[in-house]
Amino acid sequence: MYPSRFNYEAPTTLDEAIAILSANDDAKVLAGGQSLIPMMKLRFANPATLVDINNIPGLDTHGADADGSYRIGALCRHAHLEKSTTLADHQPLLASCAPLVADPIVRTRGTFVGSVCHADPQGDWASCMVALNGSITAVGPTGSRSIPVKEFVSGPFTTVLAKDEIATEAVIPPATGTRFGSYLKLERRVGDFATAGVAVALDMTGQTVNAAGIGLTGVGAQTVDAADAAAALTGSSLESNVIEHVANLAAEAATPRSDHRGSAAYKKHVVATFVARILENAKRSELQVA
Amino acid sequence: MTSLFEEVPVSIDNDIPTTRVEVTVNGERRAAEIEPRLLLAHLLRNGFKLTGTHTGCDTTNCGACTVLLDGEPVKSCTVFAVQANGHEVTTVEGLASSEQLHPIQEGFKDEHGLQCGFCTPGMMLSAVALLNENNDPTEDEVRWALSGNLCRCTGYQNIVKAVLWAGAKMRGEQ
Amino acid sequence: MALDEVKIGGLGSSRKRVEDNRFIRGRGNYVDDVVLPGMLYMEILRSPLAHAKIKSIDTSAAYAIPGMRMVMTGEMMAARNLAWMPTLSYDTQAVLATDKVRFQGQEVCAVIADDPYIARDGVEAIVVDYEPLPPIVNPEQAKAPDAPLIRDDKVGQNDNVVFDWEVGDREGTDRAFAEADKISTISMHYPRSHPSPIEPCGSIADYDRSTSKLTVYMTTQAPHIIRAAVSLVAEIPEHMIRIISPDLGGGFGNKVPVYPGYVMSILASILLEKPVKWIEDKTGNLISTGFGRDVYLKGEMALRNDGKILGVRMHTDSDHGAFFSDAQPSKFKIGLMHSAFACYDVPTAHLTAQGVYTNKAPGGVAYRCSFRVTEAMYFQERMVQAAADDLGMDQAEFRRINLVKDDDFPKRTPFGFLTDSGQYEKCLQIGLDAIGYDDFKQQQEEARKRGRLLGIGISTMTEPLGAGNSREYDILGIKMFDSAELRVHMTGKAILRTGAKTQGQGHETTWAQIVAHELGIPAEDIIVEEGDTDTAPFGMGTYASRSTPVAGAAVSMVSRKIRAKARKIAAHLLEVSDEDIEWELGRFYVRGAQDRGVTIQECAMAAYSNVPDGMEPGLENNAYYDPPNLTWPFACYIATVEVDPETGVWDVLRLVAVDDCGVRINPMIVEGQIMGGLTEAYAMANMQFITFDEDGNCVGSNYMDYLLPTAWETPGFELHEVVTPCPHHPIGAKGIGECATVGGPAAFVNAVMNAVSHLGVRNIDMPLLPDRVYEAVQTGNDISGMPPVKTDS
Repeated sequence: MYPSRFNYEAPTTLDEAIAILSANDDAKVLAGGQSLIPMMKLRFANPATLVDINNIPGLDTHGADADGSYRIGALCRHAHLEKSTTLADHQPLLASCAPLVADPIVRTRGTFVGSVCHADPQGDWASCMVALNGSITAVGPTGSRSIPVKEFVSGPFTTVLAKDEIATEAVIPPATGTRFGSYLKLERRVGDFATAGVAVALDMTGQTVNAAGIGLTGVGAQTVDAADAAAALTGSSLESNVIEHVANLAAEAATPRSDHRGSAAYKKHVVATFVARILENAKRSELQVA
Repeated sequence: MTSLFEEVPVSIDNDIPTTRVEVTVNGERRAAEIEPRLLLAHLLRNGFKLTGTHTGCDTTNCGACTVLLDGEPVKSCTVFAVQANGHEVTTVEGLASSEQLHPIQEGFKDEHGLQCGFCTPGMMLSAVALLNENNDPTEDEVRWALSGNLCRCTGYQNIVKAVLWAGAKMRGEQ
Repeated sequence: MALDEVKIGGLGSSRKRVEDNRFIRGRGNYVDDVVLPGMLYMEILRSPLAHAKIKSIDTSAAYAIPGMRMVMTGEMMAARNLAWMPTLSYDTQAVLATDKVRFQGQEVCAVIADDPYIARDGVEAIVVDYEPLPPIVNPEQAKAPDAPLIRDDKVGQNDNVVFDWEVGDREGTDRAFAEADKISTISMHYPRSHPSPIEPCGSIADYDRSTSKLTVYMTTQAPHIIRAAVSLVAEIPEHMIRIISPDLGGGFGNKVPVYPGYVMSILASILLEKPVKWIEDKTGNLISTGFGRDVYLKGEMALRNDGKILGVRMHTDSDHGAFFSDAQPSKFKIGLMHSAFACYDVPTAHLTAQGVYTNKAPGGVAYRCSFRVTEAMYFQERMVQAAADDLGMDQAEFRRINLVKDDDFPKRTPFGFLTDSGQYEKCLQIGLDAIGYDDFKQQQEEARKRGRLLGIGISTMTEPLGAGNSREYDILGIKMFDSAELRVHMTGKAILRTGAKTQGQGHETTWAQIVAHELGIPAEDIIVEEGDTDTAPFGMGTYASRSTPVAGAAVSMVSRKIRAKARKIAAHLLEVSDEDIEWELGRFYVRGAQDRGVTIQECAMAAYSNVPDGMEPGLENNAYYDPPNLTWPFACYIATVEVDPETGVWDVLRLVAVDDCGVRINPMIVEGQIMGGLTEAYAMANMQFITFDEDGNCVGSNYMDYLLPTAWETPGFELHEVVTPCPHHPIGAKGIGECATVGGPAAFVNAVMNAVSHLGVRNIDMPLLPDRVYEAVQTGNDISGMPPVKTDS
């Protein structure tokens, strides 16, 4: 309940924040804090310095670029994304995931980018990023770089960010056609971590899938990229046999543990079930749109 | 108003840095000299003696500590007090004016939306945040908005009725 | 000219609650809200291991922290004879571990500092050296011949058995089974669950050396029991102890036992000469305080082919954790488990019960259980469901055949209780009509053809509430009466104090309604106080739904004593003799001349200004009520569900509840109690559990793992009522607070089982989490025991 002591810095510019991170060995960035602060209260995390970036302007916007990319700033809260019509118009997968992250109160504070940087294998947004082939923009003392999300996580709760780099935004690349997709999460109650979560992103022209991505939550040591399953969707028209095949491939890609949320076999089965349901639903929506 | 007779520590340990925070709580500017690790819930309860905000768990689940930070509901046990510096906080004590109760308070009393009262402040503030955005919610929307606040006594059904009652009052319908 | 009873807030009035006025303003006064000058803060170091010897404790780093005041160890407590304390079940419990720890989370050190942050720093700085011992995590292990001895501290304890107990007619039951056409057998586990009120436990102990008086603010549902226990343990005279239980953020039985933290805070205050506040965190609450249930059942029913139950046999194994610490009537080792089958006409029954120690937190009797009636009724209704299915009979029909009929009272239950009234069949029928039973069964059949799994589950029961009569009921030898004290002031306003302790049940509102009913004083003119042992008359506290039956009866009786004195005053004022006085609500009048009368308020004024010769002035009295019997509320709960066969997730379509709790003092509050109870029933059926891995590590010691339903999962409830006044209660009321928690879980579980039984599944142990339901659906096998806790390494 009571965290250890730490030094607190509240920079007002990005440069200032990066300088503090460079100068301190054991420093963590504090954005929403809805994952970090609970860990600090249980003393599972005891950073010597917290760098609060909430006072840095310009990090809280999201929207589509002219080229169709979608950018989400580091301080965009889950709740703002949940209520955004812009997001709903452009990113159906993200819009369907937003209400399922944590609970409504945590969502007013927690951030999309922070969640991805937390690198929890049970993080919902990370699966969406994988499905959408997104990237994280990291800014450090020498400039900025773009890190594809599939290379971003190096282990549970560990990313490839250097100690003096700050993630400033998430970027979703443009689609060639129309976006479909959604997120399904089996949680025992609101706020529980996923027993299994499935993010499916489809880029379709007419009834044909141009590209697809599938990310899985809670069924591996980190977010699972069901690449083979996604590849099997490309060029298809979401035929029933394709859906069944893709669902099975996705289940095979999952490497869940048996625990008190269920056996590994059960979780794989939920993955397959959810993939099929999302694809069936996409097929119905697509036919409605057409 | 300053206090003329508060005791201060005999010696300040310079290895333990403190910082001054100023927070506008229920419309009133208030200040404290605190360590960064102090949780906002504890600043409100122990520093500012506003004990209506309660703490009920240690894993950010129960929502009994919910307050409004710049109008949005947050779990004050998962925000450091320093982060509220320069911001506005509304607690349950700020709901009623000197003349009358907030519709949500009237609704909770009218519809028996509370029993032990422990989750009630947090529950009401989450409801107020909802009603400020949408004062005519469906039952599902109410249940969804309150799904970050746990209650053990009521079974939620009367809480939902209380929120709908308050919405009707805010719309001028009762 | 009599007052309108509902208008003045008497019986049947759904008057708004008095206590709400402060709660909605955030002006409640919970233990953690209390601040005393100079107050220090206490945190507890808990054992990470389930069973281990303590080799050494190094507190030096803690003492180096600025702001640290004291670290208490078991050794320090032992030097003052305080390392062990008696429990409410004639056992002993460690206050701070000395020789070894016996469950994960057990208290090892107490750290007292200037603020709780520093105290926690101190806890983290202490180094304890443990030598692990093999842990025992279930009754089977506890009873194994080579099992390690958990209670090697107890002289004469040679195994891990707490008790062996039996009740009923062994021979008669054996004969019934020999004659049966069919025997239905089912085994199940009622999982360990925790009451988990949102407010955890805590205390502020303040020993004042100048007065030698100890004041303790405490989260307790039973302040007078605590005063007695503290007096015994701390060896402070009873009159020099004041226990104040202020507002409580829920109890549900979690706040009845005497917890080590209370004792530690008391000793710390005595040693440091300052008030010491201890507020546990939720983990401490879940991992160490009084849990509920954790009982295994083997149930058998002897049946005739036409559906008549001939006999019932039950064997229970209960897991009590490391200490037998429950508050329960001392005569009944497994609580009121033998209240099972009270609503059915069963000729003979036999129950054997064994309790064991394990390396887990102590407890078992808690969580809105009515002294284990939750287990009794769950087992009963699951056995009934299995029996009906085994006979191929409709669930409602099977119950109809066996329910006690309205004109069969008074009735001896199969295990020897005496029920006095009921309308069980009417209750069942209202439920069946409300849910549309026959229509649903048809829907269910058609849905099944399309691969959809619908199910309907019934739970019917009557339960004994209101412990209890002095012949049979006591805790540590203290009888389970309760009390009320009423003083009427000169202007006719009044103050009422009782020995009960509300935790959200609304006593400040409802007790005043009883007085209004008896005396015609408007309820708003009566202030109600509970919880301060310096002022409240002695009571055994509020749990097991005993307050309306016992304390409420005392309120009625004391009001009648007041009325009897007021009557004499009235006769004096009206200048007639006593026999010529009649009463109507709020007023005495002369027989034959109704307009010649005096109000109760005029009598009150006269009590201070104009009493008849020879009468003492004043208008006050008290009553101590020893209930002649328990009360017997009854209920029928029916749930309909749909199960998703692909994920095992099940949703409640409807929940119909029909409750009889006799006369309803405040219908709004009664319904609130029922809905709260149904939610806890749903929670247990759907998601709550505490389990342990083979090393004794506890899963379910925080709100991430111990799942409570939110407003989103919790279904809506449709409430109906039957009213059969209790024949012996002064106002015909019965207990109600726990009925829905007692009867509810079986409705949900029976519904899910009904949805999947055609696949061959007979039982899924609670909680019916999605993966468990899915396994059952896929394999057709029963799912027994707790959720698995396996980690890949």
